[in-house]
Amino acid sequence: MGEKGNESILHLTALELGKRIKAREIGVAEATRACLERIRSADGELRSFITVDEAGALAAADAVQGRIDAGELTHPLAGVPVAIKDNICVKGLPATCASKILWNFKPTYQAQAAQNLLDIGAVVLGKTNMDEFAMGSTTETSAFGITRNPWNPDRVPGGSSGGSCAAVSSGEAFYALGSDTGGSIRQPSSFCGVTGIKPTYGTVSRYGLIAYGSSLDQIGPIARNVSDCVAALEAISSHDKKDSTSVDREDLDFSSALVDDVGGLRIGIPEDYLGEGLDPEVKKAVLAAADTLEKKGAKVERFSLSLVEYAIPCYYTIAMAEASSNLSRFDGVKYGYRAADYDGLHQMYKKSRSEGFGPEVKRRIMLGSFVLSSGYYDAYYLKALRTKSLVKQAFDRAFAKYDVILGPVAPTTAPEVGKSLSDPLQMYLGDIYTIAVNLAGLPAMSVPCGKDPAGMPIGLHLIGDCYKERNIIRAAYAYERTRAAELPPGFAA
Amino acid sequence: MANIISDETIEYVGILAKLELSDEEKEAAKQDMGKMLDYFDQLNRLDTTGVEPMSHVFPVHNVFREDIVQNGDDRDEILANAPKKKNGAFMVPKTVE
Repeated sequence: MGEKGNESILHLTALELGKRIKAREIGVAEATRACLERIRSADGELRSFITVDEAGALAAADAVQGRIDAGELTHPLAGVPVAIKDNICVKGLPATCASKILWNFKPTYQAQAAQNLLDIGAVVLGKTNMDEFAMGSTTETSAFGITRNPWNPDRVPGGSSGGSCAAVSSGEAFYALGSDTGGSIRQPSSFCGVTGIKPTYGTVSRYGLIAYGSSLDQIGPIARNVSDCVAALEAISSHDKKDSTSVDREDLDFSSALVDDVGGLRIGIPEDYLGEGLDPEVKKAVLAAADTLEKKGAKVERFSLSLVEYAIPCYYTIAMAEASSNLSRFDGVKYGYRAADYDGLHQMYKKSRSEGFGPEVKRRIMLGSFVLSSGYYDAYYLKALRTKSLVKQAFDRAFAKYDVILGPVAPTTAPEVGKSLSDPLQMYLGDIYTIAVNLAGLPAMSVPCGKDPAGMPIGLHLIGDCYKERNIIRAAYAYERTRAAELPPGFAA
Repeated sequence: MANIISDETIEYVGILAKLELSDEEKEAAKQDMGKMLDYFDQLNRLDTTGVEPMSHVFPVHNVFREDIVQNGDDRDEILANAPKKKNGAFMVPKTVE
C-alpha cells in the first residue's frame, strides 16, 4: 500500500474505517500502519505525540484482527486506531502528563476509559502531548516540546489536550481521548477544527486519569465529526465503582440523538458571551451557525446568563486548590523524578518537586496552597465554592427555558506560538466561555463552524443541562449536516 | 486593595507547597501571587450571604463496598517505577536518628 492508498484510508472517518474493517476491505494492521506512517512524516513538526508505540500498536492490530475475524469484536469502532492523552494511564506505556516529574513513569494499571476502548478492540497508537498536568491553554507548557497547529504551524493547537486534537486534525489518529477540566477538550478542538465532547461530570470514569482538579476533570472524545465522537463517547462511558464520583447512568445511548432535526429545540445565546473581548470573526461565525439552526426549525433567542465575569476567578481558585492537593503525591519517592542531591527527606521532597515541575504548575500549586491555608480558606476557597453554587443556579435558570446554550468556545482563534505564556492572567481570560461548564458539571461540545480570514478554524460551543448530552448532539449533528468537512492544508486531499 | 505578599507568607507557602524557590523565584512569585489574588478578590463584589459552599454539583453519597482485595501482587511492577528501592521497599533518606 503506497502513500496514495494510505491517504485514502486516513481520510476516512473513524466509523467509515470501522465499517470497512468489518467488511474485510481494510485490515486493522493496514489502517494502523497508515497512521504510524502519517505520524512518522508529520510528527517531527507537529509533536502531537509524547510516546508512539509502533510495536505495541502493530501487535495489537494483529490480535484485534483475529478477534474481529472470530466474531468476538463487533463494535463500530473495532480495529480503529486511537491516540490517548498522556494523563490517562495505559498499562505498559509511559504516562508523563508532559512533566519532567513523571518523565519515566509507567502505570501498572489501565485507566477505565482506556480499558473500555481496549475492550471494544481499539488499537492504541500512543500517548499525546499536552500542557504539563493539563494546566494551560496552548500545549506550550509541555516538558517534551510544544505541539503545533496542523492548520498553521506558527499557531498553537490550544490546550491542554492540544496533542490529541492536533493528531486527529492531521490524520495521525482517527479519534483520540482528551480530558477537560476547564475547556481542555473544547478549546483545542475549536482551534484545530475538530469535534470534541466533554460529557456530564461522572459519565466517564476518572479512574486512571492523573488528577488535576478532581471536581472538574472529565475525560471525553475528540474526532473528525459528531458521529465519530458520539460512538467514542458511548464506548468510554461506564459506571465504575473505582471512581466514587462515577454516576450510574442508564441513558448512555447517545447515537439515537444523531438525527437531522432540530424542530422545536430551544436554543439560548447568552448576551454575556458576545460582549467585549470576542473576536468579531468568531462572533460572526457563531451567530451564523445559530441562524442556520434557526432556519432548520430551532427556536433561538438571546438571554442574560449572568455571573460570567465571576466564573474565571471562581474556577481558578477551586482548580488551583484541588491541584495543590492532588499534586502533593509527586514527591520523588514512589515514581518519577528524584533530585540528584539533597540533605534529608524533607529537602528531597522540595528539590525533587522544584526541579520536576514547570513554572505554571508551581504557580498553581503555590496559589492553591495559599487559598487553602488557615486564615485564607474562608476568604478565598469557601468564597469560590459559594460562587460556584450561584453559577450552577444561573445555569439551572437558563435550562428551565432552553435545551441548548449556544456560543463561542473561545474569544479568538488559535494564537501564535510564543505569545501566551508571558501573561498568565490574560491566558486564563481566554477560558471565559468554557470554565463555567466544568463548575456546573455540564456536558458541552465544540463543533467546527467556520474559519477566520487567516484560515484558522472557529468552534461552535453547545452546552447542555446535566445528563442532556442528547440535546447538544442533536444540535451539533443537524448543524454539521449543513456544511462540508474541512481538513487542514497539509492533510486535505 | 492590592495584595502585598510578604517574605513570611512566601516562605510559608513554600513549606505548604513543598517547593524550594531561589531568591529570584521568590520575588517573582510574590509579584505573581499578589496580582493573581487581586484578580481573585473580584469575587468579593459578589454577595454570597446565605449561600452554602458547593463542593459537588450533584448530590453525592458515600460509596461503600466490602474491603476485599481485588488486585494481585504487583509489588515488583510498582517498585520498577521507584527512583530508589531496596529489599522490596521504597528507599528514602534516613528519617530517624
